[in-house]
Amino acid sequence: MNTIGKAGRPGGDSGPYSTEFEEAGIRVRRASVTFGPGEPLALDSGVELSPFTISYETYGELDAAKSNVVLVCHALTGDQYAASTQPHTGKPGWWTSMIGPGKPIDTDRFFVICQNVIGGCMGTTGPRDVAPSTGRPYGLDFPVITIADMVRAQAMLLDKLGIGEIFCVIGGSMGGMQVLQWAAAYPDRVFSAIPIATAARHSAQNIAFHEVGRQAIMADPEWKQGAYLAHGTNPAKGLAVARMAAHITYLSEAALHRKFGRNLQDRDSITYGFDADFQIESYLRHQGSTFVDRFDANSYLYITRAMDYFDLADDFGGVLANAFKGTKSRFCVVSFTSDWLFPTSDNRQIVHALNAAAAKVSFVEIKTDKGHDAFLLDEPEMFATLRGFIGSAARAKGIGA
Amino acid sequence: MSGTSGHVDGRIDLDLIAEMIAPGSRVLDVGCGDGDLLALLQSKKNVDGRGVELSQEGVNASVTRGLAVVQGDADTDLADYPDDAFDYVILSQTIQATRNPKEVLRAMKRIGRRVVVSFPNFGNWRVRLKLLFDGRMPETRSLGHSWYDTPNIHLCTLLDFAALCDDLGLDIEDAVILTGDKARRISNPGTLANLFASDAVFLLSRRN
Repeated sequence: MNTIGKAGRPGGDSGPYSTEFEEAGIRVRRASVTFGPGEPLALDSGVELSPFTISYETYGELDAAKSNVVLVCHALTGDQYAASTQPHTGKPGWWTSMIGPGKPIDTDRFFVICQNVIGGCMGTTGPRDVAPSTGRPYGLDFPVITIADMVRAQAMLLDKLGIGEIFCVIGGSMGGMQVLQWAAAYPDRVFSAIPIATAARHSAQNIAFHEVGRQAIMADPEWKQGAYLAHGTNPAKGLAVARMAAHITYLSEAALHRKFGRNLQDRDSITYGFDADFQIESYLRHQGSTFVDRFDANSYLYITRAMDYFDLADDFGGVLANAFKGTKSRFCVVSFTSDWLFPTSDNRQIVHALNAAAAKVSFVEIKTDKGHDAFLLDEPEMFATLRGFIGSAARAKGIGA
Repeated sequence: MSGTSGHVDGRIDLDLIAEMIAPGSRVLDVGCGDGDLLALLQSKKNVDGRGVELSQEGVNASVTRGLAVVQGDADTDLADYPDDAFDYVILSQTIQATRNPKEVLRAMKRIGRRVVVSFPNFGNWRVRLKLLFDGRMPETRSLGHSWYDTPNIHLCTLLDFAALCDDLGLDIEDAVILTGDKARRISNPGTLANLFASDAVFLLSRRN
């Protein structure tokens, strides 16, 4: 875990971009910006977070009018490495299927920004970082953050970059929550919005799954009330279990059956023991063990909490449509038939509210058996829809091809 | 409901509907297909248009044209729209393919101040003669399907439709029938119109 700490801190305020390189035909720029004592982040909890740092990545070139900005919002365990090789794992970015030259989010045409969320562990300030007041890592002293806080921090970075209107804000799952929050909080800055496989409020079932994950982390003796960095321990077992439980919710029964069935792992018969006899067990254990190498346990607590607290209508008198009243943004909502974490009914509630607000809204339900994770995968129908939507929005905005 | 109905001669139908729509109004096209009518209404009447379409291909085609279209079913998803949301709600060559035409029409009346419906007329003399002399379910230009694979599960005549409108408290503001390729405005759907119309377009408004 500590190794992430060192590697995850690109060089502070060393100019606008600390790293710049070309990868897979994309001009990639990597940077961190620190907001000093004069520019605190005002959190929903009433706490002012200061100082704080945002780490982010950009793809492509900003046009002269600054009109071609696409803001990509990452999900719970995502990061800013959406379309470049993740430097800590060496794996491809999490949305290389969507972002790149000639892809639906075309980096030859758009200037793409992806920021690590506040509370995260990939360079943006989170519970792993040192609290100025104590000189020790925040741990549980880190203030509880919300989706609105994440979006507020993102807006502060865009302000700093001199970017006003965003051509398109897009994201799936928790990223979709940020998209909705952007559209509600900054309607004049959002030309188009694509919330994918998401909800305007986190369901009881989803809060329940998150609580299981958090309890797994907190039950690990190495968690030390969140002060594991000070103790030199690492609640990797708890975090791995949290990831395993969550990972099941990202798939579907059909996909699990198709991929694993009851197939045995490297053996011909069951062993009458608790080894990973089944392939699915081995797969989940692998998911858990690789996750802990790249993610911070306390960040997992804080970010799941932010999702749990998300209830957009609550900020608007309990009427979701009021969140979008008078909006001029155009929306494209996407759901997946086999997603039981953020089912079509949740996404339809967003569509319903946008209709009630007379917003320009399109909606598609993509047929797939891949479950919630489908938004990260190769889904040609989704690409076709989004290519069409983004292309027509770009024409309406007058962005050159 | 089927995304695209069995009707083959859609172009005249679209023009007739477009004539009934006031410029600059808010329009919902239910069963909008590839968005042809919405695109026509946007370019000719400068409407603020929305669509509902069942098929993925139709939605994608519409979205690519820059139209705001929601994937959904006329029978179930009109509930998502608030009262009085539109000046016009249009159902073009689709009502006969809905599971519950009366409820669909009722929902349209709730959502839109005016309702436009076009449909093939089962009272047309050709249809009647085919059934009378052939003793087989009629297949015509407007109704080109066998009985077992037709999406048109709730066919009606002009008089049937007028009776349903009356029942739902919808007044007929305007009605145009198609006979062959000719369009003719009628004051009221009577016996003769019911015999000669192959298709009809009705503009309906709520009874005061």
